[in-house]
Amino acid sequence: MYPSRFRYEAPRSIAEAIELLTQGGGDAKVLAGGQSLIPMLKLRFAAPDMVVDINNISELDYHRFDADGTLRIGALCRHEHLEKSPIIASRQPTIAAAAPLVADPIVRTRGTFVGSVCHGDPQGDWAACMMALDGHIVAQGPKGTRQIPIRDFVRGPFQNVLAYNELAVEAVIPAPRGVARGGYIKLERRVGDFATAAVAVALDMSGATVNRAGIALTGVGGSTIDAAEAAGALVGGSLTATEIARAAEAAAAAAQPRSDHRGSASYKRHIIATFTSRVLTGIAETNERAA
Amino acid sequence: MSSLFEEIHTAPSEVPVRRVTVRVNGQARTADIEPRLLLVHMLRQGLGLTGTHVGCDTTNCGACTVLFDGRPVKSCTMLAVQADGHDVETVEGMGTTGELHPIQEGFKEEHGLQCGYCTPGMMLTAKALLEENPNPSEDEVRWALSGNLCRCTGYQNIVKAVLWAADTMRASAG
Repeated sequence: MYPSRFRYEAPRSIAEAIELLTQGGGDAKVLAGGQSLIPMLKLRFAAPDMVVDINNISELDYHRFDADGTLRIGALCRHEHLEKSPIIASRQPTIAAAAPLVADPIVRTRGTFVGSVCHGDPQGDWAACMMALDGHIVAQGPKGTRQIPIRDFVRGPFQNVLAYNELAVEAVIPAPRGVARGGYIKLERRVGDFATAAVAVALDMSGATVNRAGIALTGVGGSTIDAAEAAGALVGGSLTATEIARAAEAAAAAAQPRSDHRGSASYKRHIIATFTSRVLTGIAETNERAA
Repeated sequence: MSSLFEEIHTAPSEVPVRRVTVRVNGQARTADIEPRLLLVHMLRQGLGLTGTHVGCDTTNCGACTVLFDGRPVKSCTMLAVQADGHDVETVEGMGTTGELHPIQEGFKEEHGLQCGYCTPGMMLTAKALLEENPNPSEDEVRWALSGNLCRCTGYQNIVKAVLWAADTMRASAG
């Protein structure tokens, strides 16, 4: 399969990329890792007049923590970089758990975190992590930059709120209030398949006390589900067995699964409860060991 | 460039082409290509390197895996123009008929192939793994190869072949 013809541009700076997107006037697409865009071009689901390849903008290739603990993931940070990152492994457990579960190992060498979030696949792993972590996207356009909370960023399946001449330059995860704890568990029939169900958990904790909690669900609704009630039930508590059971039940209640070839709705709901409980119990155990 | 390449990929005059230089198996190759040309098609039709196979053509199977600057990529899911100035290694760069790469030797010794269609992709993914981790566990080999599908389902021997190669390469590294 071949994509339709397009004009190809490979700018070397963010400013140049934005200028090209402006010239494109809505008929240009940004190419980062390309692991979703190129299949869509080949299937002719997308047929832009121009492709703006940002892979030569090396200043976008980073992930780092600011001094205050804010995590910044540049638009060229590949899944594999996060998977193998010592700073992610030691400081951001939700992302560390999800990175090895995104797509498959070969896709992870090219695909990018920010690109996945922009792609807006309702089954995407990173959208759930971003939601649990209360992250935002930094978009840069001709008039400067703006921050877009993840909840406002995705408008629907495969749709985001970026203007045609805005580039998503980085994803930002706010610094935890205390220590970041969390995890991501996904059930898939085989590597690379869409999630049957997955749960992202991100807690900010001081000792055994939960300061902030985020729980988001993948694969059990038309979009990523924010299990805010389940998360809210944990805040101020200390992850007791009762609190964990209540959160697991609330997460399952927040899911909107449909029966399909990956499993029945009740099975998927059960999985959500089990995974929520499993991540939270793991965190409680980690805390006990650390205490 | 080979005449075949020009024959297939000379676009109509109104279509802009780009001149790219890609280092393929250590050798610089220059071509004028249309930006929509996929890397796998440049390798196969343009350069005649048909060891890289097109399997699913939908980013699932990994048969088209090549090494791009040393890392495995699905060459059906990259534009050839993106390889400009970069290194690409295909199965043709691994060994010769007279002198097989230890990974190729391993696939022979452990019967790591049946129909052989997935084999080049498997071997290149394995090569990247062993460069990073010369002593992988069976589990690590399985994880590393989880993006490469074998429709003969011959995974058991593929894993054995990679472990055989790892042992051999470590022994020869002394």
